[in-house]
Amino acid sequence: MSATAVAPRPHGLRRRRLTVLLALLAAVAVAVVLSVTIGSKSVPLADAWHALTAPTGTENDIVIRSLRLPRTALGILAGLALGVAGALMQGHTRNPLADPGLLGVTQGAAFAMVSSIILLGASSLLTSIWYGLAGALVASVAVFALGMAGGRGGPTPVTLALAGTAVSALLYALTSTIVLLDEQAMDVFRFWQAGSIASRGADVAWQVLPFVLAGLVLAVANAPGLNALSLGEDVARGLGQNVSRTRAVGVAAVTLLSGAAVAACGSLAFVGLIVPHLARPLSGTDHRWLLPFSGLIGAALLLVADVVGRVVAPPGELEVGVVLALLGAPFFVALVRRRKPVRL
Amino acid sequence: MRLQAAGVKLGYGDRLIVDGLDLGIEASTVTTIIGPNGCGKSTLLRALGRLLKPQGGEVLLDGKRIDRIPTREVAKVLGVLPQAPSAPEGLTVADLVARGRHPHQTWYRQWSSDDEGAVAAALDMTGLSDLAERPLEELSGGQRQRAWISMALAQGTDLLLLDEPTTFLDLAHQVEVLELVRHLHEAAGRTVVMVLHDLNLAARYADRLVAMRAGRVVASGTPHEVLTEGLLREVFELDAKVIADPVAGTPLVVPIGPLPRD
Amino acid sequence: MTTLRTSTVSWRVRPRAVALTLTGLVLLALLMALDMRIGEIEMTLPEVLTGTFDVNSAAHFVIMELRLPRALTGALVGAALALSGAIIQSIARNPLASPEILGVTTGASVTVVAGLVLSGSAYGTVSGLLATLGVPALALLGGLLGAAIVYGLAWRRGLDGYRLVLVGIGVAAVFTNVKFWLLTVGDINDTARAMVWISGSLNGRGWEHVVPTALALAVLVPLTLLGTRSLDALRFGDDTVTALGVRVNPARALLILAAVLLAAVATASAGPIAFVALASPQIALRLVRSGRPPLLCSAVVGAVLTTAADLIARTVFSPVELPVGIVTAVLGAPYLIHLIWRSRK
Repeated sequence: MSATAVAPRPHGLRRRRLTVLLALLAAVAVAVVLSVTIGSKSVPLADAWHALTAPTGTENDIVIRSLRLPRTALGILAGLALGVAGALMQGHTRNPLADPGLLGVTQGAAFAMVSSIILLGASSLLTSIWYGLAGALVASVAVFALGMAGGRGGPTPVTLALAGTAVSALLYALTSTIVLLDEQAMDVFRFWQAGSIASRGADVAWQVLPFVLAGLVLAVANAPGLNALSLGEDVARGLGQNVSRTRAVGVAAVTLLSGAAVAACGSLAFVGLIVPHLARPLSGTDHRWLLPFSGLIGAALLLVADVVGRVVAPPGELEVGVVLALLGAPFFVALVRRRKPVRL
Repeated sequence: MRLQAAGVKLGYGDRLIVDGLDLGIEASTVTTIIGPNGCGKSTLLRALGRLLKPQGGEVLLDGKRIDRIPTREVAKVLGVLPQAPSAPEGLTVADLVARGRHPHQTWYRQWSSDDEGAVAAALDMTGLSDLAERPLEELSGGQRQRAWISMALAQGTDLLLLDEPTTFLDLAHQVEVLELVRHLHEAAGRTVVMVLHDLNLAARYADRLVAMRAGRVVASGTPHEVLTEGLLREVFELDAKVIADPVAGTPLVVPIGPLPRD
Repeated sequence: MTTLRTSTVSWRVRPRAVALTLTGLVLLALLMALDMRIGEIEMTLPEVLTGTFDVNSAAHFVIMELRLPRALTGALVGAALALSGAIIQSIARNPLASPEILGVTTGASVTVVAGLVLSGSAYGTVSGLLATLGVPALALLGGLLGAAIVYGLAWRRGLDGYRLVLVGIGVAAVFTNVKFWLLTVGDINDTARAMVWISGSLNGRGWEHVVPTALALAVLVPLTLLGTRSLDALRFGDDTVTALGVRVNPARALLILAAVLLAAVATASAGPIAFVALASPQIALRLVRSGRPPLLCSAVVGAVLTTAADLIARTVFSPVELPVGIVTAVLGAPYLIHLIWRSRK
């Protein structure tokens, strides 16, 4: 995603987009600093720097390196992943209601995790993340295959969306049945469902990383094709775009990104629903800009919400999912009310 | 022969609209397809532009089967503008036209000086340079249509397929668009195939006319050969007089009324 | 489309829709009868029939007081949710729209879960108060409040369908995540009870649940049917609609109000039964092969779906009874998938 990827234009717009890009990067950096230093134990910035560069095993070093850093890393990864996945999803379906969970990843992950608890005896959230990821991938492939079969010559947005909703509803029902019959599963499920990036440990961030990276690469590759597709399928074909392949790449990217994020952090898919609507007024319709903007906004939003959740209800914490909804949604509603929403 | 349809069968699902049609497009000509609504003009054009896969027969581009050529390679020689295309809200003219460069771009070569030049030239040729930064939805119908044609021009193909490029335009704008087409043809030797509804404009701006009815080609040739009173009766069920256009000398259709039904 | 015409009246009717509605009603009656066999004392179909229509029979009391109201609640709630979904999908011109985006079901869920979890077993007295009448009243309150919030926030010199949907998403996100959080706060047993309610359940529903839903349907169905022509027109852009002589805003506002009331009453009676509102209109639309969800057909499909689901919910894991909402999804989702699959032809 290089800066040269802009249309020839009076340099005003291009400079504005670059400025926004820098501002968003700065926002993420600020959020990272907040996330590392603020919490039930507040760490001065100097100590944080100490912990990062030359740890000597002080209490602050341990807090930062074993708790705050993994948590922050997971927040960035999940926020990036969900933001980009949301923008891709809405672009492909041309539906403002589409969230990355639409392909069934959230409910696929939930079902697989809950099943792993009762069938395989996985007792905690952490051991079941791999199952969650597998479940997300399988569900999403099933939805795509269905959408493929439903549409003529490749999945159409409407069949894709409907197939996703149907599969999700089915999986949610099965998950509900299991948790209603098994109390332990219910207990794990309800905390996963609330959505959180806390106490996951560094290994979870490492588990998620390759999937998010792969997803981001596919997303970048998908952006020009998505731009062509936004002019309609006929125009896109006329421009030499292989429509089915573009859709398949997009779905693969969404699956990897949101599957990894959701398996690790719970049902936060609505981040991906809201964030693109915040990014679109800044980026315009060009997906080469919309995707990075959405990713950065997602990361910053998730981290800030997480920090807020740590401080609002001491000595406890509020799950990031709740804070995000309470913070992000009113902002989103205000935005929708103030300006004319950009239609897809 | 640049573009050729050989025994193509076209349709959607089970419904066959064109059943075994042959048509050849010569290089550096402007060919216009005419015919009543629902006769399969647009369907044929979509097949020629490989937007619709024939259920039988084949479409040949420069002698090769078009579905065997990579679609991106096709997009470098053949541009298609479908009927009434739609763009996402907020897209500017410059952005739209820039998207015409899509087939020439790769991930490592996203915006070359060729791209820059082609877009500027396309904007200039359609007289849209001053409106480049305006969102599409703020333009008039004529300007919007020119923006789409401009996108097709930026694609830099010497074969252009245009499906009703003059819909929604007033007469002055229709003439303007068709003058542009003629200019493309005369200045750069481009081959153009288009679908038009206005017979008189079709006669004036086309080298060859193809008249279709019910999925078949009824007549093809120069405007003088095709636009006859007999053909108008046969194809359009229209009783009309054909006189010489006082300006261009091409056939001019003066309708009398629909044929009495028997 | 066939036209029925006398000298003064001319009604346009789709024969396919009429046939489907009638078949659906017959199927519904059969399913209800089958459903009423189940209970503490198993009955045969003839026993159910005599019990229903013969005042002097032994089973009459059980049927009239327990089984018929439950079956009726299921059918009416299903119909109301489906009709609500059909209206919303037509107005939003979006097959993914459901009463959820109007804040009704999500609003009801939050208030009920809050009621169950926060005042649960830890404070025994309050939970006793909540037990019978409390929950439906709470749900109705939450549903209407949720809808009022969405409606109020979306209204800005008129009601733009697109803005309504976007605002609805935002509000639903808040409600849903607050609900998720509430589920983590409470005692695990209260969470389980709340989960049953969220899934939608017909267990122990009586006449007090039938009457409000029936009343709502009796008033709102004719109203909505009168609005059908507006709905047909509202599918096109606002400019076209105005040109067709429909006063856009009042028509849309009234229809949305009807959808809200239908969903709120239904949710209050049986909880937010999943998927009925979203799937029934889409199933009906594909069966009738019309461009817009057919209203009456959707309602009948919703009733059949819910009743069939309840029948299954009570029999498969018998004596354990599943919440009906789980089965509606298990039943409706594959069928919708099948219809999508088939439509490729």
